[in-house]
Amino acid sequence: MKETVRGVVTGVNGPIVRARGLQGIRMLDIAEVGPHRLIGEVIRLDAESAVIQVYEDDTGLKPGDEVSSSCRPLSVHLGPGLISNIYDGIQRPLVDIAALQGSHIRKGVKAPPLDMKRRWHFTPVAAAGDVLAPGAILGEVRESESVLHRILLPPGLSGKLERLAGEGDYTLEDDIFGLQGMPDFRGTLASFWPVRQQRPYAKKVSAGAPLITGQRIIDTFFPIARGGTAAIPGGFGTGKTMTQHALAKWCDADIIVYIGCGERGNEMTDVLNEFPRLTDPRSGRPLMERTVMIANTSNMPVPAREVSIYTGITIAEYYRDMGYGVAVMADSTSRWAEALRELSSRLGDMPAEEGFPPYLATRLAEFYERAGCVETLSCGEGSITTIGAVSPPGGDFSEPVTQHTTRFVRCFWALDKVLADARHYPSISWIDSYTEYIDEVRDWWNERDASWFDTRREAMHILLEDDRLQQIVKLVGPDSLPVQDQLTLFTAEMLKNGFLQQNSFDPKDMYCGTAKQIKILAIIVAFHNEARELLSRGVDLKAITSMQVVGEIIRLKSEVGDHEVQLIDEANQMMKSQFSALNAEAAPAGGGNREGAVAP
Amino acid sequence: MNREIEYTGLAAIRGPLVFVEGVRNVGFGELVEIRSSTGELRLGQVVEVDEDSAAVQVFEGTSGLSLEGIGTTFIGRPLEIPVSREMLGRVFDGLGRPADGAPQVTTDVMMDVNGLPINPYSREYPRDFIQTGISAIDGMNTLIRGQKLPIFSGSGMPHNRIAAQIARQARLLTSGEEFTVVFVAMGVKFDVARFFIDSFEKSGVLENTAVFLSLANSPSIERLITPRAALTLAEHLAFTEEMHVLVILTDMSNYCESLRELSSSRGEVPSRKGYPGYLYSDLSSIYERAGRIKGKNGSITQIPILTMPSDDISHPVPDLTGYITEGQIVLERELFNRSVYPPIAGLPSLSRLMKDGIGEGRTRKDHAGLAAQLFACYARVKRIRSLASIVGEEELTELDRTYLKFGEVFEHQYLSQGEFENRSIETTLDIGWRVLSVLPEKELYRISREDIQKYYIPSEEAQ
Ligand SMILES: Nc1ncnc2c1ncn2[C@@H]1O[C@H](COP(=O)(O)OP(=O)(O)O)[C@@H](O)[C@H]1O
Ligand SMILES: [Mg+2]
Repeated sequence: MKETVRGVVTGVNGPIVRARGLQGIRMLDIAEVGPHRLIGEVIRLDAESAVIQVYEDDTGLKPGDEVSSSCRPLSVHLGPGLISNIYDGIQRPLVDIAALQGSHIRKGVKAPPLDMKRRWHFTPVAAAGDVLAPGAILGEVRESESVLHRILLPPGLSGKLERLAGEGDYTLEDDIFGLQGMPDFRGTLASFWPVRQQRPYAKKVSAGAPLITGQRIIDTFFPIARGGTAAIPGGFGTGKTMTQHALAKWCDADIIVYIGCGERGNEMTDVLNEFPRLTDPRSGRPLMERTVMIANTSNMPVPAREVSIYTGITIAEYYRDMGYGVAVMADSTSRWAEALRELSSRLGDMPAEEGFPPYLATRLAEFYERAGCVETLSCGEGSITTIGAVSPPGGDFSEPVTQHTTRFVRCFWALDKVLADARHYPSISWIDSYTEYIDEVRDWWNERDASWFDTRREAMHILLEDDRLQQIVKLVGPDSLPVQDQLTLFTAEMLKNGFLQQNSFDPKDMYCGTAKQIKILAIIVAFHNEARELLSRGVDLKAITSMQVVGEIIRLKSEVGDHEVQLIDEANQMMKSQFSALNAEAAPAGGGNREGAVAP
Repeated sequence: MNREIEYTGLAAIRGPLVFVEGVRNVGFGELVEIRSSTGELRLGQVVEVDEDSAAVQVFEGTSGLSLEGIGTTFIGRPLEIPVSREMLGRVFDGLGRPADGAPQVTTDVMMDVNGLPINPYSREYPRDFIQTGISAIDGMNTLIRGQKLPIFSGSGMPHNRIAAQIARQARLLTSGEEFTVVFVAMGVKFDVARFFIDSFEKSGVLENTAVFLSLANSPSIERLITPRAALTLAEHLAFTEEMHVLVILTDMSNYCESLRELSSSRGEVPSRKGYPGYLYSDLSSIYERAGRIKGKNGSITQIPILTMPSDDISHPVPDLTGYITEGQIVLERELFNRSVYPPIAGLPSLSRLMKDGIGEGRTRKDHAGLAAQLFACYARVKRIRSLASIVGEEELTELDRTYLKFGEVFEHQYLSQGEFENRSIETTLDIGWRVLSVLPEKELYRISREDIQKYYIPSEEAQ
């Protein structure tokens, strides 16, 4: 293992470097290239030479420069100190790099991912003499107020625990445990794991609960289960990043791994500014205390962008293995796919569709496959929910990345340019989106409100009817529709403005708890049913649509906080009494009425 | 270093690339001097190297080069340009060399034109509102200091006039600091450059402007360096001299065509419309050089201009630009044909940094709601217009007709303004309310009740 092999560079084509003489090096091993010892990974091997993809700018690298390798695969360092940190694609700590080099990233920088000097308070759980299986709990470290970090026996190891440190403060370099029969082994609080290899678990289990996101259109109409997979495809400016940020802020996962993959630097800065200031609505602690960030922005080296996804998901698996619910946001998987394309094209591979390599689908499948609910080796259930943004060229969903992604995700939140243009956010289309998790989450919702499923179905029906009617309206105008249909258009408009649309910048609206979601949806559906009833009794549609309560209902989302949902019941009372007043007026008159409807 | 060996003769010439054999000790990306038999000097860059040969991309193009008699020297470092404050008021060519007859500036500071990626942790999130005096921008697509906000235009539309108006009028509400301008022309005709230079001269900012010209008659490959050279100076001005720099880049479509040309002569697998698969990353390496840095007072604000072939926003150049920049100002042919100036499209235009740069203490408390409402209502106008064109206006409801009226007023009073009209943000917001007040109050569901109370003009007064 440990032996260092050496060779020389024979050619450089961008980040793709050819080298000769690396005897015994294996695929996916790490190599250090040239005088700056740039980090690279062996991605192709033949009898005479190795092809290395270099994760840093290799300008100036020459044939003849030295390459060395200690024949270890590209790995992440896992241990206390990951939380609240921000890394580049190959887990270099950006905060430390800034301290070393200033505002710009130079090549060849070396800094350990985890603070090796910091002391952590360790409390043992196991005891010397215990016979431990892989993944067994050795002890615990409080990593942040929100995260109790379980120190596990690394999955490759098992046996009789020969020694284990007592309660106390230790650095990541300190010797914490030893196993019988391994005299040279010093177990520490941290360990390495190869990024491209999935971490083991006992078995996959099925999800029982939704991941609550506080976003109404998601939780109510297109919910994702814990351990599920979702894609957010959309053209530029449709709201992929804002949606990812909203989920990272408000979803009820224990740990967030946010991967900024080939996107803007300022968006990462935005997260870095906001997360420490925002508090988790459940724990009351700053959101940063449960977040790990990977930032390999669009102007950072492309090969590292390719790895960033794996770095992120490996960290997610590490926390999953402690029994946590982890959510992974990857923005954007298209940039990752483009990195694959660029590298494969430099290797001269035969491309499949649109220049992408033929293995694109396999790689996407492998990535989403690392999500799921599992029975961990020793910490009960853990899960990884993976949500990937997709950036289709020209906003056209028929392109390869979107198409392949749909095969591996079970939730599809399609962003709609028309909605985004009208500043209807989140611009998730209620027509083109879908979820396959309804059955998994139904019981959970039923326990909270038995009528949830029916209300949701009725509301969805109104929206779908609206979509159908809009096609007719385009041909004949709204006035020629029967009055009941005009009401459907009206209610659909209420649903769009008062429920679906959610403003990420409005302090009361940015997060919407499930109780508030249920109540707002119910009041709109109740409005619709009541109004239908009155219409059939001959009440004028215009009288209904100009009821004062309509405006109140549309404003509930931004005026009623999560801790005052009873105010929605008051609005409900108000609605009932306004309906009775209308009913009383109308009762004597009767007869049909076809006055034009007014949409809100 | 004894690196200054001159190699004689080329093995092959292909498009803008030349291949040199028998080379030793050549580094990837390093600068190359190519001397023709007549003594003419060209510059190039190593784009691929192996044990005894190198592929060199020649910035000035290869026309007139032959295989024999050519001397190539590998310089041992990437292309660097001198940078200094003294470069303001000067004109440079596409490779950053003086083009105004005056001598090279004297400075010791040489910088690699490729720059270095900014550490995301070191960025300062841009939040300072720039008042451009143009309502469609200030009110609805706010420009922020340190933002990259392109103009997506089409042939014949007044993108240059708008960019010049922005450069002329841009100022901060909170401080008197002036913008320093770096103007970059790529593949445009001389009259476009002339127009900008004249405009800078008239408004008295020319001494505070550095101009980089790679005009239509310059070699196409040179353009790949031009924006980088200009941004290298901009970075020096912003982050060393702590100035606020406004970089205008026109026309990015020409830049992308040069990149396509280079890619195809290297025989690379093309992605959409023949552009290379790495166009996104390449454009990022330009656009991401905008921004602010923690602890530094300066900033780089970029206004790239690009023309969309056939006004097609899904064309790879505007598409990939939109994926990188922090919004886009889109010009609309239909408004242009109706003589609306500036013809800034109401819906597809967007400023992503607007959210954090406006509101109480920055512009005005009602700004965000007002803008959102204008967008929503104008979107509805567009829908009703297309409906009206089929069913006729008579078939519309009364409310829909009111919306049409709103649309007219919005386009004529809010969007339209003079090329030399400089509106304060207050004026812009007030016009916004006047325009919105055409609609019944209950249509304004995106605005808080409080703001409606304060600013909405009930119908009698609105007329
Ligand atoms: N939920 C939302 N609430 C308010 N504004 C939003 C929302 N989603 C998107 N936006 C607006 O749209 C802009 C673009 O969104 P973004 O997520 O950056 O798009 P994308 O990542 O798809 O390019 C944002 O800057 C913001 O102004
Ligand atoms: Mg985005």
